[in-house]
Amino acid sequence: MSKIKPPVNSKDHCQGNASAPIELVEFGDYQCPHCGRAYPIIKSIQKKLGNKLKFVFRNFPLAEAHPYATHAAIAAEAASAQNKFWEMHDIIFENQDRLDDPHLVHYAEKIGLNVAKFKTDFEKPEFAEKVENDFESGIRSGVNGTPSFFINGQKYNGDWEETHFLLYLETL
Amino acid sequence: MLAVGTLAPDFSLFTTPDQQIQLSQLKGKKVILAFYPADWSPVCGDQMALYNETLKLFHKQNAELLGISVDSKWCHLAFSLDRKFHFPLLADFEPKGAIAKLYDVYDEQEGECQRALYVIDEDGIIRWNYLSPVGINPGADGILDALDAINNAKK
Repeated sequence: MSKIKPPVNSKDHCQGNASAPIELVEFGDYQCPHCGRAYPIIKSIQKKLGNKLKFVFRNFPLAEAHPYATHAAIAAEAASAQNKFWEMHDIIFENQDRLDDPHLVHYAEKIGLNVAKFKTDFEKPEFAEKVENDFESGIRSGVNGTPSFFINGQKYNGDWEETHFLLYLETL
Repeated sequence: MLAVGTLAPDFSLFTTPDQQIQLSQLKGKKVILAFYPADWSPVCGDQMALYNETLKLFHKQNAELLGISVDSKWCHLAFSLDRKFHFPLLADFEPKGAIAKLYDVYDEQEGECQRALYVIDEDGIIRWNYLSPVGINPGADGILDALDAINNAKK
């Protein structure tokens, strides 16, 4: 079984209880339809598991197949500079069919970012590097498609439809 | 599969309608041979798309990726353009599967290559091999680990 490399660390975006017994990591691509389908499932699972769950998102954009995926990923990272990573992550997944640059700026505005700062941050190499590093960590961890999930550090190859996924997580 | 530590047999195959690639021309570079069953099929498409995105990491290690299937050069050309691949696909087309047979990764029943990986070092020696279940995309972690191991062995 593949292990996540490197383990979840301070560079990651985490949601929920930091010391939860279950740590769920998603490697996702903002333009991938399967990730779009997983998005509400994860939300619902987060709600149901409450503080038993910590959720982490790492970027895994397949840039050639999904031309908007990389910029969308950088946009969410840039939003993290204003502590709004998750707001950006959410609004992007909720508007997956409109992800060109003008729309990304529009979403930044909608979630209340300082747009001028967002635009400057968007161009900073550190955010593009974060996306690249996430991608490499995915490859190193054996990610072979999106979404890929790791539960407590181990790759999860099972079904992620809600009923099944929740049932599995609850047995942990 | 051919054993680790043995010399990778040389071959020459069409990669575009008028160009061939010969393995021995790539000496001095590491080579990843990715045998796969068929252009356009779902798992192969995902696997090659993943490798296409991983090229940067392969190149950082001085490695070239070659995809190989029994599809023809024209089929490869269309597949490659459609998926925007930036690495060569080789046509093991005539005689069909000859190179896959040479590398012991030919599926006689299906008449296709198996889903198999070889990593070859700068001197043409096989350093890693992996046969994947046909329905599973093996990812690229094993390849990167093998490339790392070649580099580490030199230190």
